[in-house]
Amino acid sequence: MILNASGCLDALTAPDVAVTLDAYVTKTVTPLPREGNEPIRIAETDIGMLNSIGLANPGIEGFLAETLPQLLDMGVSVWVSVGGFAAREYAEICARLDDQPVAAIELNVSCPNVSSPEEEVEEIVAAARASTTKTLYAKLSPAVPDIAAAACAAARAGADGLTLVNTIRGLALDERTLEPKLGPGVGGLSGPALRPIALAAVFAAYRATGLPIVGVGGVETGLHGLELIAAGASAFALGTALFADPEAPVRVREELSREASARGFATPLAAYATAHGGPPPRPLRRVA
Amino acid sequence: MPEARTRSPFRSGLRRELLDVVRVEEIGPYRLLRLRRGRLESGVPGQFFMLAPPGRLLPRPMSLCLATRTELGFLIDPIGPGTKALTGLVRGERLHALGPLGNGFRLDVERPLLVGGGIGVAPFPYLSERLGRPPAVLGFRSDAHAEAAALVPNSEVVVEPRLVTEAMHSGHDVLACGPEPMLRAVAALAPGAQLAWEAPMACGFGACYGCAVEIDGRLKRLCVAGPVLENAA
Repeated sequence: MILNASGCLDALTAPDVAVTLDAYVTKTVTPLPREGNEPIRIAETDIGMLNSIGLANPGIEGFLAETLPQLLDMGVSVWVSVGGFAAREYAEICARLDDQPVAAIELNVSCPNVSSPEEEVEEIVAAARASTTKTLYAKLSPAVPDIAAAACAAARAGADGLTLVNTIRGLALDERTLEPKLGPGVGGLSGPALRPIALAAVFAAYRATGLPIVGVGGVETGLHGLELIAAGASAFALGTALFADPEAPVRVREELSREASARGFATPLAAYATAHGGPPPRPLRRVA
Repeated sequence: MPEARTRSPFRSGLRRELLDVVRVEEIGPYRLLRLRRGRLESGVPGQFFMLAPPGRLLPRPMSLCLATRTELGFLIDPIGPGTKALTGLVRGERLHALGPLGNGFRLDVERPLLVGGGIGVAPFPYLSERLGRPPAVLGFRSDAHAEAAALVPNSEVVVEPRLVTEAMHSGHDVLACGPEPMLRAVAALAPGAQLAWEAPMACGFGACYGCAVEIDGRLKRLCVAGPVLENAA
């Protein structure tokens, strides 16, 4: 299953990209409308991209009145990314979504561009769980000492699945002035630089929880997606790659099948968790 | 990364193709990147394309400078790693282009006057052709940069410290593109001017929210609300 990473596609401005995905994940919706952060909001680095968008969104009321009906008309399966600044805010939005025809809710408990929620992951997930019967995914930050512990906390609180990972905080300086390129200073690093970090997080969280995982981080090719599946993801999402190539979902899906069958897997998902239980490692080659 | 297919079928109008480089011409410090246009539309002057520099993660937004039956041309100031990679391309190499994107200039104007500054003259050769070669006032920081004026018919050139606003004639429908201080000064003199703005963009089609600018007191995405805006200064 191929999704977009939250905040990396607007289905309303690019509907024909959205319909090439298995599910469309919305930009994070917060209780009140947010304009987002001051420009400059994006910068390219050598091996990634920094963004500081700041959760620009119409708020839950605007989302329900304007955005969601258009998304549903489009016929895409909708996952709603939910954000807030306290557990009760997440819970309020989840309650509002409970009777809506959305496929899942993804709790963004990890945006690097807004102040951290006051409560911990477990409290937020538990509050959301108590207010909706929808499928709940918790999107975690890789910037924690122990991602397995964070994953277990989400699982204990009732998450049905995990989205791993959000961006990780980074800084880029203007070469000439040596001042931050982004208006707010720091931003979230995505793209190829995030790929091994996402793989490690998926690998650890699969071992710790066995929950379904959407792998996110630097996927550009079908092989990158297959690696996340092998590490323990049952789906993956495209983020930064969508900016450069709106055809990426179609291309990556084709590559994924090809890469899986080239390795003897009947389907891409047949490679699920292969990294955890494949054949024993080959002995080291003796060179002396 | 494997090559993408060379034509996309998106109904929303997104078209991305792998285009052949015809050549790169020197225009003073600027470079004119000429591409074989394939099946891409040239769009309305002021619209832009996302050009993917080799070896870089993100494409760069560039307004269309020239359109012929067989070529698309982009005037580029090679100042950063992306623009240098684009202008370092040679004949026979290829790059991905997505477009045309955004909203261009409205062409139903009675007495057009083009007002440009620096690399902001980039969309004017195509715009001038579509408007029947109207008068233009172009400002540059040096005589070398002013070589780009040769691409724009009927143009009057001013070089710093003189400013384009000193050479603007009244009673025209102004269509302007240039650095932000110039656009604000032009808008103050010509309140109904059409102004082409710029902002860093990762995608060009509304996905990244990176190009937000303040329009009428609200932060909006320049790629879908613009880049050409009226009465917005």
